[in-house]
Amino acid sequence: MDWVNAIVQGTLLGGLYALFAAGLSLIFGVMRLVNIAHGDLIIFSAYLGLTVVMATGLHPLLALIIAVPAMAAIGYALQRGILNHTLGDDLLPPLLVTFGLSVILQNGLLEVYTADPQKMDAGVLETASFSIGDLQLGVLPVLTFGVAVAVIASLQWVFYRTAMGRAFRAVSDNQEIAQLMGLNRRHIFGLAMALALAVTAVAGILLGIRTSFDPSVGGGRLIFGFEAVIIGGLGNLWGTLAGGVILGVAQTIGAKIDPGWQILAGHIAFLIVLAIRPQGLFPRISG
Amino acid sequence: MRVTRTSQAAKVAAIFGALLLIVLIVAPWWAGRADMRLMGEIFLYLALASLWNLMAGYAGLVSVGQQAYVGFGGYMLFALTIFVGFSPVVAIAGAGVLGALISVPVALLIFRLRGAYFAIGTWVIAEVFRLSFAQMSALGGGSGSSLPVKIVRSMADGRAAREALSYWLALGVVVCVILAVYLFLRSRQGLALTAIRDNELAASSLGIDIWRTKFVVYVVASALTAMVGALIFLQKLRISPDAAFSVNDWTAFVIFIVVIGGIGTIEGPIIGTLLFFALRETLADLGTVYLMVLGVVAILVMLRAPKGVWGLIRARFGLELFPLSFHVKQTLDKKGT
Amino acid sequence: MADPLLQITGLDAHYNDFQALYGVDMHLDEGEVLAIIGSNGAGKTTLMRSISGLMTNGAAQLQYRGQPIGSLRADQVAGLGIALVPEGRQLFPSLSVEENLLIGGRLGRTGPWSLQTVFDLFPILEERRTVPSTSLSGGQQQMVAIGRALMANPVLILFDEISLGLAPVVIKSIYNALPNIVGKGMSAMIVEQDISKALSVSNRVYCLQEGRVSLEGASQGISRESISHAYFGIK
Repeated sequence: MDWVNAIVQGTLLGGLYALFAAGLSLIFGVMRLVNIAHGDLIIFSAYLGLTVVMATGLHPLLALIIAVPAMAAIGYALQRGILNHTLGDDLLPPLLVTFGLSVILQNGLLEVYTADPQKMDAGVLETASFSIGDLQLGVLPVLTFGVAVAVIASLQWVFYRTAMGRAFRAVSDNQEIAQLMGLNRRHIFGLAMALALAVTAVAGILLGIRTSFDPSVGGGRLIFGFEAVIIGGLGNLWGTLAGGVILGVAQTIGAKIDPGWQILAGHIAFLIVLAIRPQGLFPRISG
Repeated sequence: MRVTRTSQAAKVAAIFGALLLIVLIVAPWWAGRADMRLMGEIFLYLALASLWNLMAGYAGLVSVGQQAYVGFGGYMLFALTIFVGFSPVVAIAGAGVLGALISVPVALLIFRLRGAYFAIGTWVIAEVFRLSFAQMSALGGGSGSSLPVKIVRSMADGRAAREALSYWLALGVVVCVILAVYLFLRSRQGLALTAIRDNELAASSLGIDIWRTKFVVYVVASALTAMVGALIFLQKLRISPDAAFSVNDWTAFVIFIVVIGGIGTIEGPIIGTLLFFALRETLADLGTVYLMVLGVVAILVMLRAPKGVWGLIRARFGLELFPLSFHVKQTLDKKGT
Repeated sequence: MADPLLQITGLDAHYNDFQALYGVDMHLDEGEVLAIIGSNGAGKTTLMRSISGLMTNGAAQLQYRGQPIGSLRADQVAGLGIALVPEGRQLFPSLSVEENLLIGGRLGRTGPWSLQTVFDLFPILEERRTVPSTSLSGGQQQMVAIGRALMANPVLILFDEISLGLAPVVIKSIYNALPNIVGKGMSAMIVEQDISKALSVSNRVYCLQEGRVSLEGASQGISRESISHAYFGIK
């Protein structure tokens, strides 16, 4: 029963990882950009949420009302101001610029907030739980998983049922020809990044409620998101959810064997998938 | 007309370089302890930068995980001296060999990823190394261990001699690394590498085995990085997982050095290292603000002058100090026409 | 005499160091159908890319309704009512047939063309509306590409080599549909390898040869001989 419990907890954890990964997956799908600063942007969102909570006394979940639009605006500005200029055939500029951004973000947060671990207080939500049979389920993890499913379903809806989604897919297919349809690709990319960072804001605040965070943990979140994307397969958001779940389950089972093995177990699961099925479980596009 | 590789500038640079090398070799007799330590640090960073540049600027393998080998080399130094009884100098070579060995299965795994995903994959590997070594209690586990005094003493008699030896080892390593990179790029494999960098599709249609060339570069660069790592921790005398596999120390700084100096050239890392250290010595407070400044400068360089400082110099003056490219030279016949 | 819809004066075009067009002069009046012929590499597609904004040129070298458009981006040119059916179709693989058509119409200009009227023109597309666009045959893809451009209800439509890679019987059926398109008052430029087809649907013809205009004339009554000379650069 203990093992069943571990698997369930791992699955719920996978929801959080899928949220980390969704923004990464979206951006890669639309503009073939991998943002190395992605993890740090998640942490930045957590700090943003923290600041809003401290300034207004709002509940962390309500801080989303401010954080989500704020991060979307930041995403649009970031894309049009800096990242659009790195796009092209050469893979070095986007990689090195986003790496530079990562370093700037981490150290900027360090300067402003110090290295002290922080956490947002969600009150009753954090400890509330309910039982299903012999299983004890925390409300927060279940909520997080539910949010992940809802976010992914919404992104799928945007991509496949709206005009904006058509624009994303067209620009991703063929930037040049998409212009003939009156699509300004710099604007479209900006919108894509805005959407991705809006999702990142949700991920960051849910993270900040769940565990403590400090400026240096961004890299770890990027890696979890990245592993979820690779395990699940490129270009498939539901695959990313599956990837997150697998990663979460691997980690919780690893933790059951030995607490120090938690993260390592996740990496090993990732390496195994890379070894036997490098394209991932449900790929839609090739890297 | 004839086709040649050398130029006036290259010849001048070669003479200057030889003189500089002599001056550096006799440094233990004219430099103070602090200066020697600083120069040793410069040499090691230059070596790391040259190797990262070979991988990223020539083979197109952008790694943000080379700290894996720096730390691995450091830990192998400790393991080989403490458990196997090698002398430190032999252990450094051993660390290189072991680095090469472990880089093979790593490469087989992560070469399945491309571009930026490859980069993050290298980071995952570094994390796996870090977490694994943190589990090894024989090597100090999460808190690390110190190099036993008797091993340190076995290097040479007296502190001055030991410091001179450390310095010479660092100088030796960086000269070897730069020479190795230069000779490799001048060779047929090097030409193949440059072809791959410029146009992978065209290169492969010429029969160049891209995968194998990149694989060889990765293994060699990782092995040499491990040796540098061994030397770094020989000097530090203490190792811990966080220090050994630090992204900031062994990757962020190295990347900034190469990007700002000029990626894809041999001269670039040299200029970058000098600039980096000049900046560090003048900006008294290290740490967060310094890193942010580096990050901003690196971004600006990437966006505005992607070939770095050396790239600007080279474009302006057509200089090449390490003769790699071929030129067509007009020769004068006897009548001077 | 009204001003031309499109006035091209001294148009130069470069691909890095290579010059593809040298001082091209052309004009197109409202409602006209122009044929652009020439051998491979003559500069026909470069001309289409220049007009549609996929390439930038000197601002005044291209004038549309009296406004200089040479240096505008392609999405801006599309907003002015110029649509291109690109060489090689270039449909969006991630989009279905219907979605390709819908995205063509996203600028929302009013006019005779809508999803339904495009389906009336090419009924096979209605049958296959939800299918991924690139799984269609070459001829059907060409219909989608044409439909996509029509959905923009353009003032000027540009056809770049629509018969390329298609079987003769397919080419015939597409050209049969052409009068339905340009007959509705739309101006058009047709780039074609197939000279007789080009001449049969156009009012006037220009021949390009190595980046320059080598011949201009009315499509009716132009002699085969003068075309051959202009085509191959024989003086």
